[in-house]
Amino acid sequence: MAMHGMRGLSVFISDIRNCPNKDQERLRVDKELGNIRTRFKNEKGLTPYEKKKYVWKMLYIYMLGYDVDFGHMEAVSLISAPKYPEKQVGYIVTSCLLNENHDFLRLAINTVRNDIIGRNETFQCLALTMVGNIGGREFAESLAPDVQKLLLSSSCRPLVRKKAALCLLRLYRKNPDVVNVDGWADRMAQLLDERDLGVLTSSMSLLVALVANNHEAYWTCLPKCVKILERLARNQDVPQEYTYYGIPSPWLQVKTMRALQYFPAIEDPNTRRTLFEVLQRILMGTDVVKNVNKNNASHAVLFEALALVMHLDAEKEMMSQCVALLGKFIAVREPNIRYLGLENMTRMLMVTDVQDIIKRHQAQIITSLKDPDISIRRRALDLLYGMCDVTNAKDIVEEILQYLSTADFAMREELSLKAAILAEKFAPDLSWYVDVILQLIDKAGDFISDDIWFRVVQFVTNNEDLQPYAATKVKEYLEKPAVHETMVKVSAYILGEYSHLLSRRPGCSPKEIFSILHEKLPTVSTTTISILLSAYAKILMHTQPPDQELQNQIWAIFNKYESCIDAEIQQRAVEYFALSRKGAALMDILAEMPKFPERQSSLIKKAEDAEIDTAEQSAIKLRAQQQTSNALVVTDSRPANGTPPQVPVSQLSLVKDHNSTDHALSHENGTLSKVDPQPPSADLLGDLLGPLAIEGPPGATVQSEHNAVSGMEGGPGAVDVSAIVPIEEQENTVQPIGNIAERFHALCLKDSGVLYEDPHIQIGIKAEWRAHHGRLVLFLGNKNIAPLVSVQALILPPAHLKIELSLVPDTIPPRAQVQCPLEVANLRPSRDVAVLDFSYKFGANMVNVKLRLPAVLNKFLQPITVSTEEFFPQWRSLTGPPLKLQEVVRGVRPMPLPEMANLLNSFRIMTCPGLDPNPNNLVASTTFYSESTRAMLCLIRIETDPADRTQLRMTLGSGDPTLTFELKEFIKEQLISIPMAPRAPAPPVAAPTTPAAAPTPQIPPNDPAALLAGLLG
Amino acid sequence: MGIRFILMVNKQGQTRLAQYYEWLTLEERRALEGEIVRKCLARNEQQCSFVEHRNYKIVYRRYASLFFLVGVDNDENELAILEFIHLLVETMDRHFGNVCELDIMFHLEKAHFMLEEMVMNGSIIETSKANILTPIQLMDKAS
Repeated sequence: MAMHGMRGLSVFISDIRNCPNKDQERLRVDKELGNIRTRFKNEKGLTPYEKKKYVWKMLYIYMLGYDVDFGHMEAVSLISAPKYPEKQVGYIVTSCLLNENHDFLRLAINTVRNDIIGRNETFQCLALTMVGNIGGREFAESLAPDVQKLLLSSSCRPLVRKKAALCLLRLYRKNPDVVNVDGWADRMAQLLDERDLGVLTSSMSLLVALVANNHEAYWTCLPKCVKILERLARNQDVPQEYTYYGIPSPWLQVKTMRALQYFPAIEDPNTRRTLFEVLQRILMGTDVVKNVNKNNASHAVLFEALALVMHLDAEKEMMSQCVALLGKFIAVREPNIRYLGLENMTRMLMVTDVQDIIKRHQAQIITSLKDPDISIRRRALDLLYGMCDVTNAKDIVEEILQYLSTADFAMREELSLKAAILAEKFAPDLSWYVDVILQLIDKAGDFISDDIWFRVVQFVTNNEDLQPYAATKVKEYLEKPAVHETMVKVSAYILGEYSHLLSRRPGCSPKEIFSILHEKLPTVSTTTISILLSAYAKILMHTQPPDQELQNQIWAIFNKYESCIDAEIQQRAVEYFALSRKGAALMDILAEMPKFPERQSSLIKKAEDAEIDTAEQSAIKLRAQQQTSNALVVTDSRPANGTPPQVPVSQLSLVKDHNSTDHALSHENGTLSKVDPQPPSADLLGDLLGPLAIEGPPGATVQSEHNAVSGMEGGPGAVDVSAIVPIEEQENTVQPIGNIAERFHALCLKDSGVLYEDPHIQIGIKAEWRAHHGRLVLFLGNKNIAPLVSVQALILPPAHLKIELSLVPDTIPPRAQVQCPLEVANLRPSRDVAVLDFSYKFGANMVNVKLRLPAVLNKFLQPITVSTEEFFPQWRSLTGPPLKLQEVVRGVRPMPLPEMANLLNSFRIMTCPGLDPNPNNLVASTTFYSESTRAMLCLIRIETDPADRTQLRMTLGSGDPTLTFELKEFIKEQLISIPMAPRAPAPPVAAPTTPAAAPTPQIPPNDPAALLAGLLG
Repeated sequence: MGIRFILMVNKQGQTRLAQYYEWLTLEERRALEGEIVRKCLARNEQQCSFVEHRNYKIVYRRYASLFFLVGVDNDENELAILEFIHLLVETMDRHFGNVCELDIMFHLEKAHFMLEEMVMNGSIIETSKANILTPIQLMDKAS
């Protein structure tokens, strides 16, 4: 029966189509469902054709959005029909209607398996497709070996094998523990030799998943991918059917380049060269053509090529070429290309060294922020956010602010969050930061979360210079006719704390401040009223000499709210009234809030958390993660790795532990009643009156107490504790985060990473080595919200290195990162190490560290493979000392030979397997570069004794006696000790001096009180 | 995973074909289709063919009264998907001859067969029109 002969289905579809409204449609659908149900009940009378027809109707109804909760059995049963048309319908409809956990699927496993291992290839295809779409665990368990066999079978036609590839992909992805892919590298490589482009297309998807999971196992596939790409790019042997608008399968090209992005690097120079030739061709040879489809397809390939070039860390020249292309794209009229230009430029930001070139396009990107298309605006915002740094933060943030007033609602929240983060991260000065946040609240108050204004309060509290400024500013905003409630909150807090600093200015008397604030009270919600009450209490306290009239006014308000229905307000009113009657004694209680300890911005954390993506970890993302771990990140300012941030205890006891607060308060003041547990936001304000300040007069005590605590945590303000800390080699009270020696050793092997980190600063390093030259960049990142001053970096170079350090600025602004390039030239072979003498001042605390720089001997080595014909004549020509030295080394760290080979390779000394017939020996070669020796070949032979792995004989030769000696010693050092300095004993730490600083309890992360504490601390 | 779903929706917002490569409940499908159809249909010709939605991207293309909407992962190559839509349309065109909304509507099963030959589990499996259409032609001949 022909498919188009399903008249009943056509009639039903056209009935539905003719329904004038949704109700009619539902009626018609219900009628049909009733009909199908009855027919299925009397199943015996159904012909396969009828069954097929009804099953399609079910699918159609399901597609319309109606629940079809019966008939699944009938669909599944069609799978076992003997004829193709019924079987096909069974398979397709089943995979549309059921999910992998559906019980009925289990019933079909046997049939499916029989179809897969049977000889009918059309049945094989159907079965593989269904399993590929919805196959679950049980399918993986019973079918994976069969599917693997089909994929590799030479007797199978491509049409079956391509389906087997994707079927296997599903089974593997869903159940990597069941599907065994060990040893699949060879098979994948074999599969990639396939000529059929259909099989290649699906195999490439499989490869992407395998490589994404474990790239190391699939090295052998890399050159094959390059070959496939070359074949397509040069249009060699590509059938017409796979050519799309003159472009050899753009989809396979894209997929192949995607697979290549999962390999971290391409080491084989030939493969790399071939690949770069192909990429260069794509980059240069893609022209804009009239035909839309051709244009899209060629640009699909081009954008993937761009991504691959970025991933491969190509030469700077090629990178600039890419940025130039993208720069062109973001200015074209075609919206798709513009969108992709922006998107890819954002990805490009992850590549170092191109930021400056991207910055040249800032104006164009800002234009795109105003594009009529929201998709493009979003991309532009993302890009601006990513490219923002200290140099352009002002421009970018101000653009965002300006755009905010006209932006659509869908974007306002994102815009304001991003602006707030950028302002915080890159503020050139803090008053600007305050301006930005206040503007944000003013323009987009509805989209400003509490986090944002809490943060501004923290900054203002911690920076005395800022306090009068902030107070003036908020007062200005309050005088505007319409003020957002968040503005009232932040203003009330700041004016309560700091308006007394302005009291001599016109219009800023306590009374005036009070009346500006009080004007807002009738329009605000209860949480804000609480804050206002606190502010009144503080204003009252700061009014010296007391103003009787103001006092009466405020007391009247307190009296009024003593009977407020809201418990929080009521309590505050009662407490403030009682406290303020105590007169001068209340000075201490209502003193200014102490400084907040350094903490990670909850905003940034929020932004990080918000990045949800369930997609497979792409290479770019992996890279990004690696980069954030290596490169310098200025956002995270937790005091030390692993230790929870500690909060000054006096605050802590108040905030974290309600009960003790209650006790403390009620003890202090008999009039207090029981305190209800508060929602966190209200508590922030409750603290204003905390017992904190009871312990002493404001200022000095708070400061010193704070110091005691923060000295203990190595946090900010760690002053004056040196008396308790025994003098170290470096009289620092600041503790490094992580092990300096380990960091150094890691950097000896790789070229970028963190050299040093402490609670205030992180020093990252990135190096490039060319022959005997090196270029290092030190990234000095201030993790604090206060500047680091008296920054000094001195290089103490050993005699053999010429090192020039560019100017290091004296001050590193808050949360900024400074890059200091460093040029190194290697004059002659030596194992001596350069030292960076680095110091800075934070608060009153001088920190000095001496750090070894990873400009070590092996950085000037270049691996080289030497053939037998080259090696032996050279080896023989070096006749003996001093050019050739031999030494029996004892006390070697025992390790298997391959490990030793790896160790040498990691120092860029290339082992040449097979050169020495004795399997217990290693032969290796490398080229050393220095000004005196130029490029010089070094040959190494290591003979080991399998009976005693702790000793070996090493022979080393080169054309320079010093080099021979130094390199021999160098290798010896690596072999003898574990190249990892023992952990330095942690210097004793200032012990908490006050009983108040008792150990803080570990707080579970979901405890609201703890969250609040986190907010404060 | 690549492609998460393929939808064909007419300009009145009626779904003409829906193929999902990840399991969503009926409610989730309804909500999703409602949201993205609203988003995409409101856009004009001068706007780009990509719309970000939740944590994935919609690549869409309009042919006369019919919209083709493909949901993909964020890191998918957008233009490749955009042209894949065109390939799908050309393939249907080759089979139906001047394909229109009604062809797809009344030959839902054929549209599904074609799609099944082109995409499997969210990955593109075949791009040769001849290969895609072979099974359908075999079946037509057999009947």
